[in-house]
Amino acid sequence: MLGLLPPGLILIAAAALLPFTSGRLRDTVLLAAPLLAIAQVMALPAGASLTLDWLGEELVPLRVDAISRLFGLIFSIMGFLGALFALRQQRLAELVAAFLYAGSAIGVAFAGDLLTVFVYWELMAVASALIVWSGGMAGSFGAAMRYIFVHFLGGVLLMAGIIWHIVEGGGTGFGLIGLAHPSGWLILAGFLINAGAWPLSSWVGDAYPEASYSGTVFLSAFTTKTAVYVLWRAFPGTELLIVVGLIMVFYGIIYALLENDMRRILAYSIVNQVGFMVTGIGIGTEMALNGAASHAFAHIIYKALLLMAAGSVLLQTGRRRCSELGGLFQSMPVTTLCAIVGALAISAFPLTSGFVSKSMISDAAAHEHLGLAWFLLTAASAGVFLHAGIKFPWFVFFQKDSGLRPPDPPWHMKAAMILAAILCVGIGVYPAPLYALLPFEVEFAPYTAEHVIEMLELLLFAGLAFFVLLPLMKRTRTISLDTDFLWRRVGPALWRLGLALLTAAGALGGRLLTSAGRLGSSVSGRVVGPQGLFALTLETGLTILVLTIALAAALWFTLGPDLMAAMGGG
Amino acid sequence: MASQSPPPDTSAPEQKHWLVRPSTIRLLWIGGIALLVGVTGAELTLDDPHTYFGADGLFGFNAWYGFLTCAAMVVGAKLLGYAIKRPDDYYGPDGEETR
Repeated sequence: MLGLLPPGLILIAAAALLPFTSGRLRDTVLLAAPLLAIAQVMALPAGASLTLDWLGEELVPLRVDAISRLFGLIFSIMGFLGALFALRQQRLAELVAAFLYAGSAIGVAFAGDLLTVFVYWELMAVASALIVWSGGMAGSFGAAMRYIFVHFLGGVLLMAGIIWHIVEGGGTGFGLIGLAHPSGWLILAGFLINAGAWPLSSWVGDAYPEASYSGTVFLSAFTTKTAVYVLWRAFPGTELLIVVGLIMVFYGIIYALLENDMRRILAYSIVNQVGFMVTGIGIGTEMALNGAASHAFAHIIYKALLLMAAGSVLLQTGRRRCSELGGLFQSMPVTTLCAIVGALAISAFPLTSGFVSKSMISDAAAHEHLGLAWFLLTAASAGVFLHAGIKFPWFVFFQKDSGLRPPDPPWHMKAAMILAAILCVGIGVYPAPLYALLPFEVEFAPYTAEHVIEMLELLLFAGLAFFVLLPLMKRTRTISLDTDFLWRRVGPALWRLGLALLTAAGALGGRLLTSAGRLGSSVSGRVVGPQGLFALTLETGLTILVLTIALAAALWFTLGPDLMAAMGGG
Repeated sequence: MASQSPPPDTSAPEQKHWLVRPSTIRLLWIGGIALLVGVTGAELTLDDPHTYFGADGLFGFNAWYGFLTCAAMVVGAKLLGYAIKRPDDYYGPDGEETR
C-alpha cells in the first residue's frame, strides 16, 4: 500500500502533524500512526532496499532483513503502547518528541548505511532529551542537560569513527565493523554510551526518572535497544562485549538494590537487562544472537509495562519514593496485577516472555563452555528477581501500608498495561511467532522439565533470600553516588578552584604593577600610577570587548591574506 | 492527582485487608516453604540431568546457588551503600543542582 516507504517516516510525519490537531483528531493520529507503522513494517518484503545518491555517497534509508524487521516491529508496537498510555498527556511537546523519537529509532533499525544511522541517532538524542526536559519535575531541566551532553559526546565519538571508517575505505554500508581498525573502537564507544555501558551508565538512572509519568515509558524502549541493535549488527562476537555486558548486569542489580525512587530502580534495571543482551552479542553464536534479539523484543514490552505501572502510581499519588509508598494493591488492583506480570516476565518466570528469551543467552554461554560467564549470568538471573521482580512490586504495592488509597488510572492507561501484560504472557506461553521472526533458525526448547525446574529453583530461592534479608533492605531517603559525581561535583569544584587561582594571580599581578607604578611614578606617574592607565579597572563586558577586538585583529593579520586569496579577492 | 479517601484505621488486625493479616502471612510462609521443598524435590524426578561445568550438576544447585549469590548481592550492596549512599537532596532539592 505504501510501497517502500520507510516506516519510521510515518511516525516522524505524525510528530509534525500533532501540533495542528486536538481532541478526537489528536487521539486518532496518536493511535493510527503507530498501527500504520506496524502494518508497513510487516508489509515490507524481505530483501527490499532503497538507495539514494548524496554528495557522491550512497545512502540506504531502507534495508529490510530479519533483524531490522524484528526491531522495527517492536519499536512500532512500543510506539502504539506508549501512545495509548500517553493519550491524555497534556504536554504536547512530550508527545511530539516521543513520536520523533520512536520514528527515529525505527529509522535506525531500517538504515542500511552509517550516515543514515548517524542522522537518526542524533535525532533520537535530541527528541529523547526533549522528553526528559518536558517532564515537569523540579529536576527535569538539569537532568535533560546532563543527558544531552553525554549523548552528544557519544555522537561525536560515533561521527569521528564513521568518518575515519569511510576515509579508510570501509565504505558507508552499515554491517559488520569489528575492532580491527581504531575507527571501530570509536564507533563501539559511541554505541556503548547509548547502551548505558559502565562507566557512562549514570545517565540512565539520572534522566529517566525525571520524565513525566508517560515520558519514561517511551524513554525505556528506544535508546538502549537501538544501541543493542547496532551492536548486534556491527560487533557480534566481540569478546570485550561479554565483559562490558557482565559489568552492566551487576551494576544494574547493585544500584537498583540501593535505590529508593521506584522509577530509578527500574531505570537501573534497564542497564541490567541490556547487559544480558550485550553479553549475548559478545558471545556471538547464532543461539546467543537470537537470544539477544529476542530478549530485546521481550524486554521492551515488560519494561514498558513495569514503567507504566510505576507511572500510574506516580500520576495517582504524586509520590515517587518507595519509602512513601506501600499497600497500594488494595485500591489499584489492575495496576498491581499488571506490575506483577511485568515483574514475573523480567525475572524470566516460566510462562512469561523473559523465560523464552533470556535463557537462550545463558544456554549459549554454557554451550560455548564460558564457565565464568555462565555462573555470573545465573547469579544475575537470580539477582533480577531480587531487584526488579520482587523489590519493585513489594515496596510499591505491598510492604507497610502507606494509607494511600488512590484508584487505578484512567481506562487508556489500564488498557495499555493490560495489552502489554497479555503480550508478556502470550509470548511466554506461545513463543513460536517470536522465534519465527528471529534471524537464525531456533534450535532451542525452553519448556523442558529440567529447564523449568532449574529456573523455578533459582527464582524461588532468590525470593527466599529477599524476605530473609528484608531488614537489610530498609528504604532510606538516599541516592547512590555514581560516575556522574565527576561532572556534577568534581568538575564544578575544579572549575571554581581554577577561577579562584586566576583571580588570585590577577590580584597579585595588579599588586606588582601598582608597586612598579609607585617606583616609576616620578617618570610616568600618569601611565602606571594608582590613578594611571594601567590601574584602570574596566568592567567585565568592556574587557571582553577589548580582548575580542584584539583577537579579531590578530586573526585578521595572520589569516586575512590567505582568506582574501581563497575568496579570489587577492 | 486523583482524590484520595482518608486512610482507614488499620490498627485492628481484623480490619486489615485479608492479604496482610498475620494469619494469612503465616499461611503464605508455610505455602512458600512447601513450594521451595517441592520444587527442589522435583529435581529427583529428572533422569540424567545435563551438566556443563560439574558444580551445576550437584543436587539443588540452582536453589543454593541462587540463595547464596542473592545474599551476597544484598550484603555487597549494603556494604557499598555505606560508601556511596547520600541524602536524596545531595545534589540540591529534588535532585536539582544548586548554583
